[in-house]
Amino acid sequence: MTRRPTRPTRPTRPSRPNQPGRPTGALLDVRDLRVWYGTARGPVRAVDGVSLELRPGEVLGLVGESGCGKSTLGRALLGLLPGGAAVDGEIRFKDRDLVAMPRKELHALRGPELGLIFQEPMTRLNPLMKISQHFAETLKTHHPALSKSEIRERTVEVLRHVGIPPSRVDNFPHEFSGGMRQRIMIALALVLRPAFVVADEPTTALDVLVEAQILRLLANLRSEFDTSMLLITHNLGIVAETCDRVAVMYAGKIVELGDARDVFAEPKHPYTRELLRSTISLSTTGLHYIPGAPPDLADPPAACRFHPRCPEAMRVCADVNPIEMRLGGDRRVLCWLHGPHDRVPAGGTERLEREAISVADEA
Amino acid sequence: MARQSGSLRTYVLTRLVLVIPMVWILLTMVFVLMRVAPGDPVTASLGGRLSPADLAARREALGLDRPLLVQYVDYLRDVLTFNFGRTITDNRPIREIIVDNGGATLELSIAALIVAVGIGLPFGLIAGRYRDRVVDVVLRLFGIITYAAPVFFVGLLLQLVVSQRLGLLPSSGQASAIVQATVPTKTHILALDALISGDSYALWDVIKHLILPAVTLGLLVCGVFIRLVRVNVAQTLQGDYIEAARARGIGERKVVVQHAFRNALVPVITVMGLQAALLLGGAVLTENTFNWPGLGSQLIAYLNGRDYAAVQGIITVFALAVVVISLLIDFVNALVDPRVRY
Repeated sequence: MTRRPTRPTRPTRPSRPNQPGRPTGALLDVRDLRVWYGTARGPVRAVDGVSLELRPGEVLGLVGESGCGKSTLGRALLGLLPGGAAVDGEIRFKDRDLVAMPRKELHALRGPELGLIFQEPMTRLNPLMKISQHFAETLKTHHPALSKSEIRERTVEVLRHVGIPPSRVDNFPHEFSGGMRQRIMIALALVLRPAFVVADEPTTALDVLVEAQILRLLANLRSEFDTSMLLITHNLGIVAETCDRVAVMYAGKIVELGDARDVFAEPKHPYTRELLRSTISLSTTGLHYIPGAPPDLADPPAACRFHPRCPEAMRVCADVNPIEMRLGGDRRVLCWLHGPHDRVPAGGTERLEREAISVADEA
Repeated sequence: MARQSGSLRTYVLTRLVLVIPMVWILLTMVFVLMRVAPGDPVTASLGGRLSPADLAARREALGLDRPLLVQYVDYLRDVLTFNFGRTITDNRPIREIIVDNGGATLELSIAALIVAVGIGLPFGLIAGRYRDRVVDVVLRLFGIITYAAPVFFVGLLLQLVVSQRLGLLPSSGQASAIVQATVPTKTHILALDALISGDSYALWDVIKHLILPAVTLGLLVCGVFIRLVRVNVAQTLQGDYIEAARARGIGERKVVVQHAFRNALVPVITVMGLQAALLLGGAVLTENTFNWPGLGSQLIAYLNGRDYAAVQGIITVFALAVVVISLLIDFVNALVDPRVRY
């Protein structure tokens, strides 16, 4: 068991040396990533000290409620944040830091190394351009030497992979259904064979049958293209089906991370547990939900951000920042229930009273 | 591919067929509007100057004594054969007015549109691309001022500075008298005739006369283009497919030009057509300021003379021009935007 120092404020970079247990050979290694949006009410900490790593060919699920910073994290990894967002931390990709890298270099990496699959496929293709033109433009940008016939060949080939017949290559976007457009978007992201792809809720806008197709497609592509993927979703069923590992995000922080099967079989963080209880299946008789709403990220609750909604909140949860615990293997959890017990102040393990919850909520 | 060109053909044919009821409705409206005015047109324009017998003879010659339905059918037949009759007040063939003054109007309108688009498009693109920066504010201000400034004011100012003070360009007319007399009339569009004649002096003379009115009218219209293009570019640049293109690593210049500008200009085509239609009939102030022999000022003159035959003929031509222009807009839109064809 390793102990990491608490971080009451922004730590400086050298204070985070190589931690033991960090797997080597990671394709993507994110360390203490922070993203703020400047607003009139002060900075909104959408991503607040996130660390995670992805191995080649691995699919990592990122789950959490709406507004917890999932999409922001995904965009930050590709440097595609809107203006007015500030980024701090380190994103090591193939031994280069994407955060410190000049914009131009990062721009050149997008496409051949880093890909993005979007939530709503209907509006992501230029309505005035044929599908083939989208591919030609993308290929030509990153491989200027390709001939017309080579471009054509690669376009047809990658589209066949996602189940779009060659006869449709010269059609315009509006001639395709939502599911087909998402397949085209996937093909467009994969035609350059990027090493890492962020899929931001790729099936949210699609109906359930199409969703299953797209997920199967993503799973197949991983084995064929050996692409690592960060799959952002709020659907836990999708994670169980497609992901190797899962990271649970709450209010800008990763509260639990581990092997998908382990996390689902035995959730350690109360939030994960509540999230899993809230899923619906055929045997569901009553809907379970987590009371309250995700916190306002401009003014998050003190200490553990989940404590106002946590059914197992203790006194310490409202007073002291939780410390990330490694529970063997890859399992990480950010919750006082799992220690370190010697750091809990006296009386800290007592249940947080309901009154105290509402007071903390209002504070 | 074959499917697409097929559907484009279907689209064009459908639009062409739809022109028939459109023209018919327009002509009927013109006819009805001309008849609902109280009094009879011959008395209105010539009453008091001719004897009652002469007036009756005029009415008969114009067919005004016949039943309304017969007049309506006659009118439709006349329009279809491009025979508009003669004016009541000065007995000129209306077709002549339309061809001569219409040519001048067409010349001015096209030149003004070129000026408006030439200024409006680039300014709008720049303003939209650099939204809320200094350039944007300056260009927007420019657009508002040119749009708000009265035509006669800008026109007089240009005449005063460019013609009077600097003596660079002529201040009025379509060409010098000698040029107008010597250039053989072929298309009734003077600039085109001068070009065909190969007389470089005449051509230069015509162009010099065209510049000031075209700039005056073009400045007025370019404000509309600046604002429209700016909004479209700014909006398109925030579009989902723009972000998607950036996520694929497409170069910024290509994203802006290929994706944002091109897509932003589609709705501009429609407005361009509407403005062209407006320019044809609405350039009266400019025509008067620069003594331009356009159709608009003719219309006003005949309206004042209550010459309903002339007014009916000129309005019919305007209506037909609007039909042709909107047809052209539809075709260009269909060519540019594949979604329109369905």
